[in-house]
Amino acid sequence: MSYLPYAVAIWLLVVGLYGVISSRNLIHMVVCLGVVQSSTYMLLLGVGYRFGAGAPIYYDVPLRTPAVDPVVQALCLTDVVVEATVMAVLLALCVQAHKRFGSLDPERLRPLKG
Amino acid sequence: MTARLRMALFLSSMAVVAAFTGWGAAQLPGFGRYPGPYGDVIDRVGVQQRRATDLVSAVNVDYRAIDTLGEEFILFTAATGVIVLLRAMRDERRRPDEEADPGRERPGTTDLIRAAGLPLATGIGLLGVYVLSHGQLTPGGGFQGGVVVACSPVVVFLAGERITVRRLPPTSALEVAETIGAGGFIAVGLAGLLAGAAFLQNIAPLGSTGSLDSSGTIAIINVVVSVEVAAAFLLIISEFLEQALIVRPTGGRGGG
Amino acid sequence: MGETSGLQVVVYVLIAAAGTAVVLSRELVKVAMMLSFLGLVLAVAFLTFQAPDVSLSEIAVGSLALPLLILLAVSKTRSRQG
Repeated sequence: MSYLPYAVAIWLLVVGLYGVISSRNLIHMVVCLGVVQSSTYMLLLGVGYRFGAGAPIYYDVPLRTPAVDPVVQALCLTDVVVEATVMAVLLALCVQAHKRFGSLDPERLRPLKG
Repeated sequence: MTARLRMALFLSSMAVVAAFTGWGAAQLPGFGRYPGPYGDVIDRVGVQQRRATDLVSAVNVDYRAIDTLGEEFILFTAATGVIVLLRAMRDERRRPDEEADPGRERPGTTDLIRAAGLPLATGIGLLGVYVLSHGQLTPGGGFQGGVVVACSPVVVFLAGERITVRRLPPTSALEVAETIGAGGFIAVGLAGLLAGAAFLQNIAPLGSTGSLDSSGTIAIINVVVSVEVAAAFLLIISEFLEQALIVRPTGGRGGG
Repeated sequence: MGETSGLQVVVYVLIAAAGTAVVLSRELVKVAMMLSFLGLVLAVAFLTFQAPDVSLSEIAVGSLALPLLILLAVSKTRSRQG
């Protein structure tokens, strides 16, 4: 049981990449990329966790209570918000591809010309 | 490359990747047994050094502020990318509001939705302002507060009477707000340089732990970051809404 | 030293199931709903990791902004097909 979060992270990575490879719709492919990104959050936050420790917020607890690692939380925090905007750019690309080629199937896209 | 060949290649290489990643994860010190020194150092030292009780925000905006600067510019660039990609192309025209698409109904909103929308929007806006201004004390900060504040105009838009994009804040004001946010971060960093310390050093007066104006530049940067994040999100959502509801292609390509 | 609590085990299994459901769904509206559910379960998992800041961000972004953008993109691409 002590490696379950890492196993879940690896499973999400594999499943997400399988979704990217076998997808027949560009928007579904972008969502599977989001699943791959979620696996990194699980891994990072799983590394920083410590049994029996609280959150690294000392607003109302005495100063020496054990806490989990705040550095990995800071990394994941900005990553979550930035993920949404990067996926917005990818979705805008999907919309433009649909305008240009008429379909969202990755098999039917051709290289851009002109 | 046929689909079967691609799937076979993928499965074999993914098995190798998963095996190596699993082997690497097994060398980690096990879930829940975090050994490393840096988290403990910041937990011991952070509250006295920066007078901030939320150490995650302190790490984000003070100890590792350069990384947050980079992330904020990713946000800025992504919003710019969405705008560039989704502006009306040459062969599209803006469909006027009165011309209705025959296959799509525009439901009006009932009085109940409109009545529920106003307190919801104000509540969400106030919650967002609370979250972003208390970033150095309790869980919160610029990024979370900005996203929550950005949801409030969307609720107003959803509860509006006609589904038109013109109820959202005008695009030029949002672009100005986003630039103020991104430039403000750099201005705070340069103020550190001008005061003789390092770039993005915490030079403002630190105040006392637990009060709202404590921890120097952390509070200032939280406000600036939240302005930028909210503006970026609203720009992206309004570009998508405009594309989905207003812009129509001239002549259909492939039927329609 | 403690143990991985029952809530944590349940939440991690739910995350794996939600991720699989997102990948295996083929209709786009269902994908958006499953993504919203995945965001919610991830937020609960981040709370069990004692990370309330990350959980706040994940609720706002993963359950709200992302499915909204996906549904808008779907509606735009579907409207062209008449």
